[in-house]
Amino acid sequence: MKKAPVRDKRLDLRDLTVIFDGFKALNKLSLYVDPGELLCIIGPNGAGKTTMMDVITGKTRPDSGTAWFGSEIDLLRLTEPEIVNAGIGRKFQKPTVFEQLTVFENLELALAGGRSFYRTLRARITPAQQNRIDDVLEIIGLTKQRTLLARTLSHGQKQWLEIGMLLMQNPELLLVDEPVAGMTPHEIERTAELLLSLEGEHSIVVVEHDMHFVRSIARRVTVLHEGRVIAEGDMDKVQKDARVKEVYLGE
Amino acid sequence: MVRFGNSIAGRDRGGAWFLGILTLIAIAVPVLNILVPPSSTFHLSAYGIALIGKYLCYGMLALALDLIWGFCGILSLGHAAFFALGGYAMGMYLMREIGPRGVYGNPILPDFMVFLNWKSLPWFWHGFNHFLFAAAMVVAVPALLALVFGWFAFRSRVTGVYFSIITQALTYALMLAFFRNNMGFGGNNGFTDFKDILGFDLHSDGTHAVLLVITAVALGASYLACRAIVDSRAGRVIRAIRDAESRTRFLGYPVESFKLWLFVFSGIIAGIAGALYVPQIGIINPSEFAPINSIEAVIWVAVGGRGTLYGAIAGAVLVNYAKTYLTGAFPEVWLYALGALFVLVTRYLPRGIIGLLPSKDKVVPKAALLGESHEESARSRQAARS
Ligand SMILES: Nc1ncnc2c1ncn2[C@@H]1O[C@H](COP(=O)(O)OP(=O)(O)OP(=O)(O)O)[C@@H](O)[C@H]1O
Ligand SMILES: [Mg+2]
Repeated sequence: MKKAPVRDKRLDLRDLTVIFDGFKALNKLSLYVDPGELLCIIGPNGAGKTTMMDVITGKTRPDSGTAWFGSEIDLLRLTEPEIVNAGIGRKFQKPTVFEQLTVFENLELALAGGRSFYRTLRARITPAQQNRIDDVLEIIGLTKQRTLLARTLSHGQKQWLEIGMLLMQNPELLLVDEPVAGMTPHEIERTAELLLSLEGEHSIVVVEHDMHFVRSIARRVTVLHEGRVIAEGDMDKVQKDARVKEVYLGE
Repeated sequence: MVRFGNSIAGRDRGGAWFLGILTLIAIAVPVLNILVPPSSTFHLSAYGIALIGKYLCYGMLALALDLIWGFCGILSLGHAAFFALGGYAMGMYLMREIGPRGVYGNPILPDFMVFLNWKSLPWFWHGFNHFLFAAAMVVAVPALLALVFGWFAFRSRVTGVYFSIITQALTYALMLAFFRNNMGFGGNNGFTDFKDILGFDLHSDGTHAVLLVITAVALGASYLACRAIVDSRAGRVIRAIRDAESRTRFLGYPVESFKLWLFVFSGIIAGIAGALYVPQIGIINPSEFAPINSIEAVIWVAVGGRGTLYGAIAGAVLVNYAKTYLTGAFPEVWLYALGALFVLVTRYLPRGIIGLLPSKDKVVPKAALLGESHEESARSRQAARS
């Protein structure tokens, strides 16, 4: 039996190593997230950011290391659906909303509740669920678009809808992979506002390449390179770091 | 309570039209046959009734296919197998119902068994002298096949074109099996020369008129059941599976079990359609399992319009009407005409004939029909951006 770490962190990763065919995608990676904190992770292509999220969500099993969600839950012992139920929501790099369903229906499918064929056949939206959907529509700014098919949304709106779908399950920890890739400057600004509005209520980990965006939301930044953390701190501190300049910002 | 079109479809106007026309047919056919004298040009012969009955049965098969293909993206190229199995179950009842009136006069054994020198009834023929047992088998046999086949296929994540190919193989294998005399299903002759059903003479116009009304009711009820499914939350999950399967799984929905139950339900509808077809047409033989039959059914759905339910039914009726005409006038051109129709429709009418109608019910957008996956379109958009 592994022992839970003593530090009371929302998420605590220690010495995670993932080896693909002899290549270390993660190399003794350690990092933590405080409750209610918004942590930004940056790093060059192939640094291991997506792999780290894969480990947290149970998609990839590490070769060694520990991953704790709070002091109670050992993530490495749970399956992917169990991790979702434990309260970790993930937004993938590619936006995947259900294009032929309306914005409202997309959120409806993300509601907590029976998932079986029989249960969904008989399911009706309760007033409480209706309110929850309305709230989330408000948060992601798509109240006016509620009856539109998701395929008619702009790229940015789809990303927000997907964040909304995560919020339906009220996760304690949100993992967001490259939310602003392909967005217009205005959409990037709105996304920053959205993520900041979720801070406090949820712990959030944002992986992003867009430095400008990271600067606009980050309190604390962790820099990954070749599967390990090479710097950590506020944006100014990180940008002054010699190694960071060398591997990432200087390029 | 069936709740209609609460979402994309808005009100189910197409469905209301369809049910209206179906009701009209169910009323007009017996009237034109029984009340209009045979001398009148408006008289409908028994042959005419059987033809309409056949179209409705095919419409039901198309409905079953559209439910899984149009809404869940499962393209079965073996759906006629369920139709044929339902037909065979009904055929077995009708054979036993002949009793001692067969050519050989054996009260228990159907003619073909006497001909093969069989001394007793094979075990699986027992019970088929009872209509209710046969009716239960009409549902149970296709359901069981769909359950077992679907369980293996979906559990091993067989999707897309691979699924289509193995469904073709399934119906082909069944055809070969039913062709064999020692299978006990009458070999290549199948079953025919039926006398009556529940004591009603199958050669009388009245029986045919009643069978047609029953078929219309079954088709209408199947439509309503399918509509209730696709309009429920389960229906939205099903469309979500069609658009982004792994995303749906990630939301916690048991994708395989949704596909499986939908496939089973669809198989049952196809089986009932086959069972209604046999007494009206008067024959069932292994050619009903022929792979081309399943492919034709897919073409009906594509021609009518995928993902609308009523469009598939309309497609089945129209294509078969054309077939009846063409195979009468120019028998050799039918397959070419069918192929050309399919190419033209997929190329120029991705929404099918229903897509031509002025309508606000844009149920399946063009991109989905062309099979452009959502990931692909997202990628091309990203590419266009950078
Ligand atoms: N399933 C896999 N098998 C083999 N190698 C993999 C696999 N997944 C990732 N890798 C490799 O691991 C390294 C880390 O990949 P990862 O996707 O985590 O990087 P990233 O930081 O998310 O990069 P990007 O900024 O491009 O998204 C890369 O070199 C990648 O090629
Ligand atoms: Mg990545």
